[in-house]
Amino acid sequence: MNFIVNILSLGIPFSVALLIASLGEMFNQRAGVFNLGCEGIMAMGAFLGMLVPYSIGQGGPTSGMYNVLGLGLAMVVGALLGIFFAFVVVTFRAPQGIAGIGLQMFGVGTAGTLFRHFIGGTQSVPGIGNLPIPGLSKIPLIGPIFFSHNILVYLAFLFVPLAWYILFKTPWGLRVRAVGTNPRAADSIGIQVNRVRYQALAVGGALAGLAGAYLSLAQVKMFSDEIIAGRGFIAVALVYFGHWHPVKIMGGALLFSLAQALQLAIQGQGINFPYEFAVMLPYVMVIIVLAFSRESQLLGPTSLGKSFNREKRV
Amino acid sequence: MTKQFRIFYKITIIILAILAAMLIGSIILMTIGADVFKTYMVILFEPLKTTLQLTEVLIRAIPLTIIALGISVAYRSGIINIGGEGQMAMGILGTTAVALAFPELPKPILLPMAVLAGAMAGGVWGFIPGILKAKLQVSELLSTVMLNYIAAQIYTFMLRGPFLDPAELTMGSGTPQSMRLSRGIWLDRFLKGTRLHTGIFFAILLALLIYFLLWKTNFGYKMRAAGASTRAAKYGGISVTWYLVIAMVISGAFAGMAGAIEIAGVHRRAIEGITGGYGFSGIVVALFGGLHPAGIIPASFFFGLLIVGADMTQRMVGVPANMVNVLQGVIILVIVATKMILADPYLMERIWRKYQGIGKKHVEVEA
Repeated sequence: MNFIVNILSLGIPFSVALLIASLGEMFNQRAGVFNLGCEGIMAMGAFLGMLVPYSIGQGGPTSGMYNVLGLGLAMVVGALLGIFFAFVVVTFRAPQGIAGIGLQMFGVGTAGTLFRHFIGGTQSVPGIGNLPIPGLSKIPLIGPIFFSHNILVYLAFLFVPLAWYILFKTPWGLRVRAVGTNPRAADSIGIQVNRVRYQALAVGGALAGLAGAYLSLAQVKMFSDEIIAGRGFIAVALVYFGHWHPVKIMGGALLFSLAQALQLAIQGQGINFPYEFAVMLPYVMVIIVLAFSRESQLLGPTSLGKSFNREKRV
Repeated sequence: MTKQFRIFYKITIIILAILAAMLIGSIILMTIGADVFKTYMVILFEPLKTTLQLTEVLIRAIPLTIIALGISVAYRSGIINIGGEGQMAMGILGTTAVALAFPELPKPILLPMAVLAGAMAGGVWGFIPGILKAKLQVSELLSTVMLNYIAAQIYTFMLRGPFLDPAELTMGSGTPQSMRLSRGIWLDRFLKGTRLHTGIFFAILLALLIYFLLWKTNFGYKMRAAGASTRAAKYGGISVTWYLVIAMVISGAFAGMAGAIEIAGVHRRAIEGITGGYGFSGIVVALFGGLHPAGIIPASFFFGLLIVGADMTQRMVGVPANMVNVLQGVIILVIVATKMILADPYLMERIWRKYQGIGKKHVEVEA
């Protein structure tokens, strides 16, 4: 019983980075843009998130405010990178897959370069501490699983209904879905397709930045070149797996993080299993999941990956 | 539209693209307080100053050429291979396995066998995303990236376990690396005092091979047709899915061979970090080289220069070597955007009209 509680209470905070990044990617893809550069934006977010508390706060007791600043900076730069990506793939209509790889290399490279200059070696930050919810966290079993995490965990799960509401119940959400499904029709009723795509990419970029900052501030509490470790790509895969729907994406993120927690717990039990094979598990899972969710592509935005040229006749 | 204008337009766009790439790089350099001009000078010219540095550039260019050739085959067939990193790692494992298993074989037998084993291991690693794409519509962008991470773990596992140098166990420094491979797979270093090895001729040979394959054979024609327009190719009776899988196998095999050549020529044992980003740089090289062997060879020299140059900036102007990744990322973004601008006839037409409007008020627009 204790073992299961351990896995669940470990797995839930693990899911946050994936969840936030996938929700952001969901907005991108709903608007018809496939942003493979998510990984790069997350790397930038992770670096910037810890830069502020590290360089200004110096880990003092008042570092709480600097953490918020770090998260904010990560989101702002994430949004800017999203807009930069939009400039390349929306304005210039560059092929999205290869441009995403460019953004990924740019983001990871820039984060690594700046990290070496401003921070250097492996420096840790106090980061964001846990915030057990008074009363609720004392409930046996449920308390440690759901109510003893840092504040971003609670917020991330609040993002799920919020994202659902924005996507399905607001005019902006409708516009996003329209430009991702049939941009020409959207254009004909006066929606500015490219502007909506810019907005969606900015939102997606901000969320990817936040996801990265979560990793460096709340989960690992330090930065390294391998901090993202493919989570940006997994987040993209989760959007497919989650059929472009926030609730299903949450399910996917939890599935992945619980598998990771299970793997750590098994190793903690001293069961002899090559470490490398445990680490590769989530990546193998992504491939299997993608292979068995082929029909899901029929549910996706029909104009996903296609750029829109207003001047071109069809 | 006059011919001069077309040429002028294209050259201007390309110059603007280069400036844009350098500008973005400069912003990062300024953020870390580096001397922008000096940094670019070091990256671009410092490695050319001595023979030793120049050969180091060529040594980097060898695996880059081979990987980029493979990536260009895939790209031309309509599939983007980001898995070069993993395929190269698997290639190194294949070569190492053969070299460790048959250390006594003479060179004329062992070397081709080892390179072939590397090609096969890489080819298998390319086959997986190919068949997944063809049969189950799994995006190759995601599957190849995932296979990179998987290969990296397999690689470490093999170096720590089955391939671990027995001397590491007894001496006990615990470095995960294989023992020195048999002399039978060593590529000759033909320039005294440098590490430049005969792999360079092999790379050029492969470039010729790819040229003939893609442009002089029926097979290559079908591959390019499949990539240029899936629908038209299908209509023309070409089995697009089949060519997709073949292209990925070739692409993976080339990355595997790049790994084989790299350890046979440079490291002569499997160590950690050999792949070191070649798989990703290969994509940049392939795009920069216009997906054509004649462009890929100079492009790989240029990016070899960037890699060696970036190493030198670390020592000479204190700019981290990661800067090379920044530049490569920016270059990809700029290339793909520029390509689209150049391919947009509407935009050129519009600018032409504006350009004419400056001179005279009413001009008949040429068809």
